[in-house]
Parts: sequence; structure tokens; C-alpha cells
Amino acid sequence: MSGEAHTSGEYIKHHLQNLVFGQHSDGTWGVAHSAAEVKEMGFWSINLDSMAIAIGLGLLLMFLFRLAAKQATTGVPGGLQNFVEWVVEFIDGSVRGSFSHQNAMVAPLALTVFMWVFLMNFMDLLPVDWIPHTAGALGVPFFKVVPSTDPNVTFGMSLTIFALVLFYSTKMKGPGGFFAELAFQPFPKFLFPVNLLLEGVGLIAKPISLSLRLFGNMYAGEMIFILIALMFGGNILLGVFGGVLQWAWAVFHILIITLQAFIFMTLTIVYLDMAHSEHH
Amino acid sequence: MNFNATLIGQSITFAFFVWFCMKFVWPPIMNALEARKKQIADGLAAADRGKHELELAAKAAADNMRDAKVQAADVLTQAEKRAAQIVEDAKIAAKAEGERQLAAAQASIEQEANRAREGLREQVAQLAVAGAEKILRREVNAQAHADLLNQLKAEL
Repeated sequence: MSGEAHTSGEYIKHHLQNLVFGQHSDGTWGVAHSAAEVKEMGFWSINLDSMAIAIGLGLLLMFLFRLAAKQATTGVPGGLQNFVEWVVEFIDGSVRGSFSHQNAMVAPLALTVFMWVFLMNFMDLLPVDWIPHTAGALGVPFFKVVPSTDPNVTFGMSLTIFALVLFYSTKMKGPGGFFAELAFQPFPKFLFPVNLLLEGVGLIAKPISLSLRLFGNMYAGEMIFILIALMFGGNILLGVFGGVLQWAWAVFHILIITLQAFIFMTLTIVYLDMAHSEHH
Repeated sequence: MNFNATLIGQSITFAFFVWFCMKFVWPPIMNALEARKKQIADGLAAADRGKHELELAAKAAADNMRDAKVQAADVLTQAEKRAAQIVEDAKIAAKAEGERQLAAAQASIEQEANRAREGLREQVAQLAVAGAEKILRREVNAQAHADLLNQLKAEL
């Protein structure tokens, strides 16, 4: 446990606090050292830890895939190329299965979503204290390792996807067609306020459910890791039991992080397919 | 849940990565996959074609073999026939030649015999004349009886 976290409650809170950069109440810019300081910074501040890890993982991902893409030949593939091709074919199969229109952007989008979300979730499998403690030793007050436990990250992605949904809905159906879809069904036209309300809620629920599902799952998983990690502070028996639990939860979590990445990708494809379809 | 500018940062980052993936990652990999798929399909097709051609070639070879056998048999038969013909011809020619030489030999023997007979007749005639001369020397004038003697000579 790092310096200022002594009780269990403080330990948990410390683990759930992002490293926020913003403007202090006295007008200077810097890193927040407490939750209160974070609150004072307001909207125009940024979570350095989430952004750093998300961008780092994204760059790593793009670097590896770009490397494989450059080496891609028709000959016998090497190890990296094999893996990348396997992922690409899996994504391509998913897109072909769920997306029935012509759009060159959807498959790369799905690939990015799946691999990036998977890598961000994967950070959950690192023991919860490793990086925060290292950061603490280096003088960084907070460090939240898993970007997908940051709602800013999940909402950032889902809102971008929502923008794409709105864009393609308008583009494929025309503004009138899109409005008609929202206003003139499922009930007859004269009930259009009811329709608009129903369909509007349905539309807005897409990005919210998409991001909250990922956020909630990863947040809960991370919370359980933190609670298990609390056991290491007790006696030896409790510590060994905690070790076993952590191992078991990590094994189970491998399934969860993959599943959540897959669900996020599949729903992205489905939402975009619905945006392209005339009626749904 | 504190919302802050990370939301915007994440959106921009996400959009950038999607753009990068769409531009530089997805197309080359898909192209390579498609190309390899095509290459494999072509290879399989070529293998099938090769197999088919092999079958055709084997069939053609068997046909050629059979034709060659038939031709060889024909040639053999003809050769045998021809050999028999030659032997037959030779026999006939030899027989004819033999008969011709036999006839020539007989003719020359006959000639020799005729000539010998002619010579003998001459000699007998002379002997007869000589004998008659000795007998008739005294009373016969050779000149006076020349006609008679010649006549006698001719009759012998």
C-alpha cells in the first residue's frame, strides 16, 4: 500500500483514483493530489494514466499490426503474421456475419475496437499494486492501470461510434428517412411524439449501454482484484487464501476481458449495420 | 464517475487509430490473404490439370504402344511373306536355270556327236576310196572315174 493509504477504505479509494492533470483552484496547472483537488479541476482536466496507457497500448497494437501488414506476403507466414492474420480473419468473419452492407471502414473499425479494448482490459490481469506502487515510488500520487475502468475511455469510444451511427444513418437514409425511422414507427404516424420518445430513448441507449457495459464489467472485476489484494495485508493464512483467489479470479477474468472486447466489437458492428439498413 | 476532457482525448485517439488501421493495416493484410487464397486455388487447379494431363498422356502412350505392336506384327508378317516369296522365286529361277543349262549341255553333246559322226563318215569314205583305189589301181583311171568316186563319197 502506498504512503497515504492506510485503511482499507483509503487503499480502495486510492486504487480507484485517476491521475488527473488540470488547473488547480489557485490558477496553477498540475497534477491533482487528492479527490477534492480533482473535483475542483472540473471538466477541463485530463486523466494522464488512462490516456497514457490507452495511447501506449494503441500504438503498440498499431505498430505490431502495421509491421505484419508490411511483411504480409502470399508466401508462408511467420509467427507474428500468422497471429495477425488469424485475428484479421476472425474479425472479417464477424463483420461478414453481422454487417450486410458495403463499407470499407467497418472491418478496420471492428479490428481496432476488439484488439484495443482487449489490450486495455488485459491490463486488469496485472497484479493491482505493481504499477501504482512503482508510480508511487517515482512520486506519482495516483495511477489507475486499466483504462477501460475509466468511464471517460469507454464513453469516448462509444460516443465516437455513436457519431458514426448518426453519420451513416443520415447518409444512407437521408435526414428525412432517418427522422421517419425515429418518428413514424412502431406506432401510426399521428402518434409520432410517442414514437419519437421511444425510438429516441432506444437510440441514445446504444452508446450508453455499450460503454457502461464495458466500464461496469471491468470496474467490478478490478474492484474484486483490489478486495482480494486487501487480504495480503492480513495474516499469512489470509494472504495465501488471497493468492489462490487472485489466481482463480484472474483465470476467470481472461474469459471476461475477451468476452467484453468481443461484445463491444459485435455491438459496434450491429449498430453500424442498423445505421445502414433501411428498416430494422 | 468524473467526466473530463479525457473523454475528448479518448475519442480523438480512437478515431486516429481507426483511421490508421483502415489506411495502413487492414488493406495490405486483406490483400495478402486474398492473394494467397487465389494462389492456393490456382495451385490446386494446376495440380488437378496436371493430373488430368498425366492421365491423358498415359492413355496416349498406351494407344501408341498398342498401335506400335500392331504395326510391328504387320511388318513381321509382311517380312515373312516376302521371305517366303523370295525363296519361292529363287527356287523357280534355279529350276529354270538348271533346265536351261541341261538343254544347252544336251545340245552341245548332240553337236559334238554330229561333228564326230561327220568326221567318221569322211574317214570311212576315204578309207573306202583308198581301199577301192588299191583294188582297182591298175584298171581304173583315177581321172576317168573321178565322177564315180565323188558320187560314191557323197553317198557314204
